[in-house]
Amino acid sequence: MEIEKNDIGDVLELRFKGRLDTGTAPQLEQLVKEDFEGKKKVVLDFAALDYLSSAGLRVLLLAQKLMNRQKGKMCIRHVNENIMEVFDMTGFADILTIET
Amino acid sequence: MKELRVSAEVEQLEKVQEFVESELEGSGFSMKQIMQVEIAVEEIFCNIANYAYHPTEGEALIRCSLEDDDSLRIEFIDSGMPYNPLEREDPDITLNAEEREIGGLGIFLTKKLMDTVEYHHESGKNVLVVKKSKG
Repeated sequence: MEIEKNDIGDVLELRFKGRLDTGTAPQLEQLVKEDFEGKKKVVLDFAALDYLSSAGLRVLLLAQKLMNRQKGKMCIRHVNENIMEVFDMTGFADILTIET
Repeated sequence: MKELRVSAEVEQLEKVQEFVESELEGSGFSMKQIMQVEIAVEEIFCNIANYAYHPTEGEALIRCSLEDDDSLRIEFIDSGMPYNPLEREDPDITLNAEEREIGGLGIFLTKKLMDTVEYHHESGKNVLVVKKSKG
């Protein structure tokens, strides 16, 4: 998985490419720990993400909790149909802010 | 029936997924269904890799077949600690982010994505069988 990072002061934009799974979730977890602090808004662009498992969900929950704690916003954009179904099935569609 | 025997460690996941996908090639399963199978394979195999033999090591046997050209059947067999993941309570998916716990999501997703998930303990082995038809 590739994560392209665009840090614009209070706002952090991340573009994902590939698979967010057991193997790659730690990569995002590290980024959350290092780069999310103090951000008012984080945008995750899933346009080129084509796979997501529970390992990825776990880190997204962690990220959402962190943003809630620091009163920031996190939104996810361009979620494909297959990944949206995973969000729907697990109730993550209600926890996360997903922009269509 | 094809078989793959690998050491039960997450580093082998890609190999296990490729093995299952090779069975699905040209089978008429949609891209979406293939992804759903991949997720189930990841959840189950990683559970075995992370917990079955902890803190020692062991092997997992994966058997895969297409039944009647329509239904994929995958068996996951390990000789680790007896564990029925289906006894685990489903996570409450109506809770908000702060209240949500992450445990149990993998097997929950697997149950949602596959048509059937069955567990039995047989000759000292954990056997988990999932099926999905292309419907």
